[in-house]
Amino acid sequence: MNMVVCVKRVPDTAESEVHIDSSGKGIETGKLSFRMNDADNYAVEEAILIKEKIGGTVNVISIGDEKSDEQIRMALAKGGDEAVRITDPALEGSDGFALAKALAAAVKGMEYDLVLTGALADDDGCAVVGVALAELLGVPHAAYVKKVEVLEDGKRIKVGRELEGGLMEFLEMDLPAVLTIQTGINEPRYASFKGIKAAAKKEIAVKSVADLGLDPSEVGEAGSWAVLESFSYPVVGEKAEILEGDPAETAAKLAAILKEKGLV
Amino acid sequence: MLFELDEEKRLFRSTVRDFAEKVIRPRVEELWEGGEFPYDIVRQMGEMGLMGIPYPEEYGGAGGDYLAYSIAVEELARLDGAIAITVEAHTSLGESSFYYFGTEEQKRQWLVPMAQGKMLGAFGLTEPEAGSDAGATRTTARLENGQWVINGTKCFITNAGTEITGGVTVTAVTGTKEGGKKEISTIFVPNGTPGYTIAPKYHKVGWHASDTRELHFDDCRVPEDNLVGVRGQGFKQFLSILDGGRIAIAALAVGQSQGAFEEALRYAKERKQFGKPIGSFQAIAFKLADMATNIELARNLTYKAAAMRDAGMPHSKEAAMAKLFASEANMRNTTEAVHIFGGYGFMNEYAVSRFFRDAKILEIGEGTSEVQRMVISRALGL
Repeated sequence: MNMVVCVKRVPDTAESEVHIDSSGKGIETGKLSFRMNDADNYAVEEAILIKEKIGGTVNVISIGDEKSDEQIRMALAKGGDEAVRITDPALEGSDGFALAKALAAAVKGMEYDLVLTGALADDDGCAVVGVALAELLGVPHAAYVKKVEVLEDGKRIKVGRELEGGLMEFLEMDLPAVLTIQTGINEPRYASFKGIKAAAKKEIAVKSVADLGLDPSEVGEAGSWAVLESFSYPVVGEKAEILEGDPAETAAKLAAILKEKGLV
Repeated sequence: MLFELDEEKRLFRSTVRDFAEKVIRPRVEELWEGGEFPYDIVRQMGEMGLMGIPYPEEYGGAGGDYLAYSIAVEELARLDGAIAITVEAHTSLGESSFYYFGTEEQKRQWLVPMAQGKMLGAFGLTEPEAGSDAGATRTTARLENGQWVINGTKCFITNAGTEITGGVTVTAVTGTKEGGKKEISTIFVPNGTPGYTIAPKYHKVGWHASDTRELHFDDCRVPEDNLVGVRGQGFKQFLSILDGGRIAIAALAVGQSQGAFEEALRYAKERKQFGKPIGSFQAIAFKLADMATNIELARNLTYKAAAMRDAGMPHSKEAAMAKLFASEANMRNTTEAVHIFGGYGFMNEYAVSRFFRDAKILEIGEGTSEVQRMVISRALGL
């Protein structure tokens, strides 16, 4: 099974304060540490598990500057085979659709049966890239995948998708296909020192948008459907009213307020 | 000259940190309270290659260097000193006698399973009456019908009594040299050898989950081939082993300091007195500034000593300096960290109290501060 995994370098904001930078379109990253997007880490593990079980290759792709090499090499250290980094100033301002175009161009140049991405990026939280990538490649996809089983002939897979309320939806899909992987599908391993040493020596192919056969106007703001205008902090409310009384009373008061404001 | 780690070392650091955060952090309190040896964590560290980092792959190791090993010890100690000392004593003391002085057969039989993390190694130097004065060793080994017959007592020996301990390499007097000096040699004693008894775990001030024991040898017989290295070279051998151990102990002190510092820094930003976070008062801010400075200095000195060892340069003086400075800075740093927490710092529930109790031993173990100053002053020609 030939697999491609897309990984993204994201800031670790779990325990840090986030401030908007002077451009208004980004956050200050000087004091933040970076790591592989959480869901992507699970996607890497799933690909390596499949490789270990039935054989094959795992190619790693990332869009970003040379700092992304750290995340790419971590995926290689865990068992990835080859890697491509797409780096181009023209990608600045791309939305998920434009990023998917660049990824699709890179994936088309590879032999693949299965493409795995994280279901959601921890920074922008769009959950668009994987699905758009499938559309651009013209292959089926399943999103929020929490179980993957390769069927015996290796040409089909059975996947479980996470639905609300702990429900799982099971589907069988033809390959090639794109899966967006949900966290919790497996238990990502820690790279061994041996793996890290080998990964540090591996070549990462760096490609520009032109190398992938795209025109710069197809990516960046020009090639995007959505353009980021600016970030702003949530407005702190001016007034909060606490309704008091038993549930029946507070419900009646709430209904009256909603009616009065014309919201229902 | 930029003091930056290369990509391999950065990746390795982030892997060990990630492992420590996810696997060790949730267990820290339980390990401290219960004092149970963490077999499952040791097994997992073995799978990651952390139990034999500086030894070649052909001997089961990870094929890394001393700097990588120091980084791993530091990252483990940032959360749990007991786990860090388990790795340190195993690697710097238990395994190194085989790697540097053992025969090919001894390496195959003992170093390989140890480096793979399937077996723990221990080193027995200290005795009730021979601490810093290692020349006062009383344990004896006499050769009789192709066997060493060992008698004596060793104390404060790390990793000696776990279920996965392979054995202990002990120093023993094997004769008298010309001029009346004791001839000291190192001999490996497998666990389970008749005549070798291991006392119950000590109750220690800190590092509760690490395995520390007193060992007794009573006409304990092992094959002559269990001699590790050259007969009569034991003193020289353990001095060279301790050079490496000191670098790793310095790294352990840096890690414990870093852990205590992070706790104190966070608390200084949260805790309010007189309507302001206590970190906004210069009295507290300057303590944290000093801690950060001490950690930076200790880390740079430790990495320098490790890099010198990796480059094959003489490094006894630098290893002693790193161990001396890092352990004494750690004692000051953890004392200040407790102080910043005020009364809460005196409570066992707070990590800083554990870091404080784990600190003192680093000024003592693998050569006291006084011994380090002796080594340094001798290197100065005094």
